Amino acid sequence: MKKLMSMIVAILAVVAGLALWSANLKKTQGATGENTLNFANWGDYIDPALIKKFEKQTGYHVNQETFDSNEAMYTKIQQGGTSYDLTVPSEYMVEKMIKAKMLIPLDKSKLTGLKNFGSLYMNRSFDPGNKYSLPYFWGTLGIIYNDQYVKRSEVEHWEDLWNKKWRGDIMLIDSARDILGFSLVSMGKSMNTTNPTTLQLAKTKLDALSPNVKAVVADEIKMYMAEGEAPLAVDWSGEAADMMWDNSHLHYVVPTEGSNLWFDNFVIPKTAKHLKAVYAFLNFMNDPKNAAQNADYVGYSTPNDAALRRLPKKVQNDKQFYPDQDVIRRSEVYKDLAPKTVGLYNDLFLEFKMFRK
Amino acid sequence: MKKSTTNAAFYVPYGLWLALFVVAPVLLIIYQSFFDISGHFTLGNYATYFQSGTYILMTINSVVYAFIITAVTLLISYPTAYLLHYAKHKQLWLLLIILPTWINLLLKAYAFIGIFSQDGGVNGFLGMFGIAPKQFLFTDFSFILVASYIEIPFMILPIFNGIEELDQGYVNASRDLGAKGWQTFTRVILPLTMNGVKAGVQAVFIPSLSLFMLTRLIGGNRVITLGTAIEEHFLVTMNWGMGSTIGVVLIIAMFLIMFLTGERKRKGGRA
Repeated sequence: MKKLMSMIVAILAVVAGLALWSANLKKTQGATGENTLNFANWGDYIDPALIKKFEKQTGYHVNQETFDSNEAMYTKIQQGGTSYDLTVPSEYMVEKMIKAKMLIPLDKSKLTGLKNFGSLYMNRSFDPGNKYSLPYFWGTLGIIYNDQYVKRSEVEHWEDLWNKKWRGDIMLIDSARDILGFSLVSMGKSMNTTNPTTLQLAKTKLDALSPNVKAVVADEIKMYMAEGEAPLAVDWSGEAADMMWDNSHLHYVVPTEGSNLWFDNFVIPKTAKHLKAVYAFLNFMNDPKNAAQNADYVGYSTPNDAALRRLPKKVQNDKQFYPDQDVIRRSEVYKDLAPKTVGLYNDLFLEFKMFRK
Repeated sequence: MKKSTTNAAFYVPYGLWLALFVVAPVLLIIYQSFFDISGHFTLGNYATYFQSGTYILMTINSVVYAFIITAVTLLISYPTAYLLHYAKHKQLWLLLIILPTWINLLLKAYAFIGIFSQDGGVNGFLGMFGIAPKQFLFTDFSFILVASYIEIPFMILPIFNGIEELDQGYVNASRDLGAKGWQTFTRVILPLTMNGVKAGVQAVFIPSLSLFMLTRLIGGNRVITLGTAIEEHFLVTMNWGMGSTIGVVLIIAMFLIMFLTGERKRKGGRA
């Protein structure tokens, strides 16, 4: 009987322990001290040396936590229990968070260095007038090719991917919006299409691409491309930069018809408690010298023109990551779509993945 | 009288554990499956599931792949378990079979990527005969091979236990009475170890229905199972209701498998 009781006690202790742990998790997600900044960021998306420099300069302690998808970050903030002061959602998620009233407007009077930003990257549709967000990095969706097997002239248009020559050669990033998106662009339609019939057509067109598709993978795509597993891939510019770092045969093209233009942006969620630290940090990051150092470390395209001018000429003139202005103008920024449409995109994408000839 | 209450009390910890960590989560999933994306009560998720060709096709895909994986592991595991029974250093061999299960699934998957890739080990070997490079990754073959490799220990163990419990006397008796080797196997050994086989099938088939990391890493999403859809609904579309619905369907499928492979009470009181 004694043994029995101890077992019951043990189970209850496990339950109590789990409850305590989860309560604790919620609390420690973000320290509570006065001089801290709770920063939720993507993994390896800031130069750690800059954080040290900021801490030394200002005396604030930066408490960084990472997330791996916009949706995961959104759910975490929405369900409460976090005390993030600053986070970096992509553009459509900024729009969604504004709609959900989860963001605190920026106090422009406390911000410096706003004039450093290029006009192409400000005042975009997801946040008119930049009331809530400041661009952190930006990029495009495009084609990565290996010059050992593919000539640049062979992949200047989305349509080129359908060439019979590339049978089983293309790797796609596992993202419904981007893959259906380039199919839509190749048909001359908008990447923000909500019309179910048009989307169905885009999916049918993708089915025809299926014999050329080697695999639809996530983060592993970088490793595969760097190792030369496939000669072609469709992925974001930031990921392309990482691959090219590892394999000098790889190059990145933004097809001339235009593409997706994405932004990751600083926003202040409603859970923020250390606004002073937030503004100190934003101003620190807006500083051209720091922004340039960060862009050099992360390897993505910076929207801070003053910072760009400090980067090596080779980087500034790199059409792969800083394409011509008219390519940028032709590219579209994702809008936050209704949940039903998001569902439709994903269902169609699943059908495409299942399609076999 | 007192004794029987003590006995019943022994079930309390077990019951408590079951209620908190098995029944409650399942009930939560069932509850969640009745809500649509905007949080309204609905049966629509189930209607979507059974009306859309996509989900039905995905279910069929999952079942077919799980069936193949189970069949492959069974074909390999039964002879292995049988030989193991007669092997000299039984415990050592057993340990070697269990050992890979201590390694994280993801690590094993990544190891296979290295083996199967264009300039990986297999292609390097084939290259010596001038027949490389062949495409191994992202094919049905590699997916089934890796999935089977991962599931094999879970099939060998129950079958091995079944064979260990087998009384050697029955085998000897069958031989004495003139049964040939094959007859002994089909009439005596197999029926008496059937419970081990059933347990193994349950342990392999059910998890195979919803493998999703492997479908992406090894199958390159050219193999789609229900697990892929669940992952997508929870992480991308945030349609937890639909994800839960697929989960409920899987749970029901699991009960069906248990029922079909479980021991049925026969008439005449024999269990």
